[in-house]
Amino acid sequence: MSASTTQSGRGAARRRALTGRAIFAGPGLLYITLFMTIPVLLVLVYSFFQRGRFGGIVWEFTLENYVRAFEPVYLNVLSNSLVIAGTTTVLALVIGYPTAYAITRLPKRWRTVALVLVVLPFWTNFLIRTYAWIVLLNSEGPINSSLVDAGIISAPIGLLYTPGAVIVGLVYAYLPLVILPVYASIERLDRQLIEAASNLGASRVRAFFDVTLPLTLPGVMIGAIFVFVPSLGNFVVPELLGGGKTVMVGNLIRDQFLEARDWPFGAVLALFVISLLVILFAIQAAISRRINGTGKRYAAKQVTHA
Amino acid sequence: MTLDSTNAPLLRVSSVSKAYGDVVALDDVNIEIQQNEFFALLGPSGCGKTTLLRSIAGFEDPDAGAITILGAGSGTGSGPGEGGQIDLLSLPPNKRPVNLMFQSYALFPHMNVRKNIAYGLEREGLGKDEIAERVNEVLITTGLTDKADVRPAQLSGGQRQRVALARAIVKRPRLLLLDEPLSALDRKVRAEMQIELKRLQHEVGITFVVVTHDQEEAMSMADRIAVMHEGRVQQIADPVTLYSQPANVFVADFIGTGSLLHGIVANAVLLLRPEAVHISAEMAGAQLHGEVVETHFFGGSSTTSVRVAEMETLIVASHPGAPKFAVGERVGISWNADDAILLEDQP
Repeated sequence: MSASTTQSGRGAARRRALTGRAIFAGPGLLYITLFMTIPVLLVLVYSFFQRGRFGGIVWEFTLENYVRAFEPVYLNVLSNSLVIAGTTTVLALVIGYPTAYAITRLPKRWRTVALVLVVLPFWTNFLIRTYAWIVLLNSEGPINSSLVDAGIISAPIGLLYTPGAVIVGLVYAYLPLVILPVYASIERLDRQLIEAASNLGASRVRAFFDVTLPLTLPGVMIGAIFVFVPSLGNFVVPELLGGGKTVMVGNLIRDQFLEARDWPFGAVLALFVISLLVILFAIQAAISRRINGTGKRYAAKQVTHA
Repeated sequence: MTLDSTNAPLLRVSSVSKAYGDVVALDDVNIEIQQNEFFALLGPSGCGKTTLLRSIAGFEDPDAGAITILGAGSGTGSGPGEGGQIDLLSLPPNKRPVNLMFQSYALFPHMNVRKNIAYGLEREGLGKDEIAERVNEVLITTGLTDKADVRPAQLSGGQRQRVALARAIVKRPRLLLLDEPLSALDRKVRAEMQIELKRLQHEVGITFVVVTHDQEEAMSMADRIAVMHEGRVQQIADPVTLYSQPANVFVADFIGTGSLLHGIVANAVLLLRPEAVHISAEMAGAQLHGEVVETHFFGGSSTTSVRVAEMETLIVASHPGAPKFAVGERVGISWNADDAILLEDQP
């Protein structure tokens, strides 16, 4: 058999594999192209043009919208949102990681039960669940009254309509999105690695910080992004639990499209959130590659087979 | 296969039992391992050998019995001290002066080779310079110096195995446990590593306890072997004794090849090793007669399998050179009474 026939044979096999992949990935790709890529491109295009008087776009090129995003008013909203979303993410991780860890230590059948319980809140409408927090947090609510009864405070304190209430609501809303990926990464971790650390003299705590935590970092990062990004863009929780006093970038975007009818400026703000998401995912991918020691140099592995 | 140990016992496993629900993993196991010995725990999967190994390392808790390090000095790295004993079962795994090389090697994927090896020394709280020195030393011993800054994912199977070994011996443990150390390697690398393990054991002077299901591996490396079956130790002996004087039918069947013949001697099983069986066209004077059903030629030697009427087991004979009989030929089988091994009949 000559080299060329082998080559063409290999080429045909590769084409077949590609066709196979296209058939399976096709519907998903089509959906993403239609309902995600095209809208994002539209947003990108809008951001370079002028607003119409009653909404819509006037097709005259301008960079004005980008300049406007750097006005102190908007920078303030952005930094405010970053702080709230960041705090939410940290809290969700601090609560979610131990929860996920505990679930992996349960007997197998209880693990499934626990995971179902984690996603159970999703079966109820998000608005209703957020309204429930209004009941809990208001000055006559159970939290205030039990604090007064316990003598910790003398009069009800303003819990509702504070940035704190917004953070509580966001943590509550997105906690399952941290628990699930972190659970998956701890579950996948080879337990022999922890035994190896222990065998080499590491205490349980030491083994956790040296082995478990670094190796589950990719899952932690995914969870963090799953919380950070939707928290940043959320406008329902700031409105209901923040009482409209806490304006986040999500509220701003919604207002530009629905109330101020300034689509181009709304598009700029939306692009900001989207690019942040892309950057975060890129960082996550880089960190996972580093941790597993694979990636670029993967090819070297085959060559050095001694 | 000489025992170059000082014949001082190092590890004593006494009356250790362990059950998982109804399944008995270890049933009254008693083993004493000598200083500097290369000891093998051999048996089919599920025989309890891994449970025993993990009990010594501290990852399983026996239901009963004791595991003791004898004549131990202080600390992990010291030479044979006098008097002191260490009750292993009372210590958590990270405090036991015992290191384990895992079957999957369990190398830390986020650390390079050097950091993997240094990890255990860092946990001992040694100084930076001493750690660097000892790691470099072990890198040389295991031939890994040029791989020191590489992550495990970029190493071949044989190299990973050496890192796992280096990570364990750098701690200078009294006792090194190896769980199926060669099973993840392909055949050729296996043979090399087998020799290398033996060399290393001599060089570093550490007592090795190897768990394996591969009898050839155990026979070729170990000074003494404990054959285990269904949670019980069947026999502890050196390889030659195991082969020539198996304690029971299980050991006879598990170690080496041979034909176990029922009904020739009353109430006993006769074990014929292939090299003890002579076959010839001469029928007179032969103890049994049969028909050749199979021959195999291995280059230097051959085996001939013979079916004897009304006998379930084939009788296998080995002899130098090419097969002397064709399939279907009738042959006479004979053996010296001294070469046959008699075993108690048991179900």
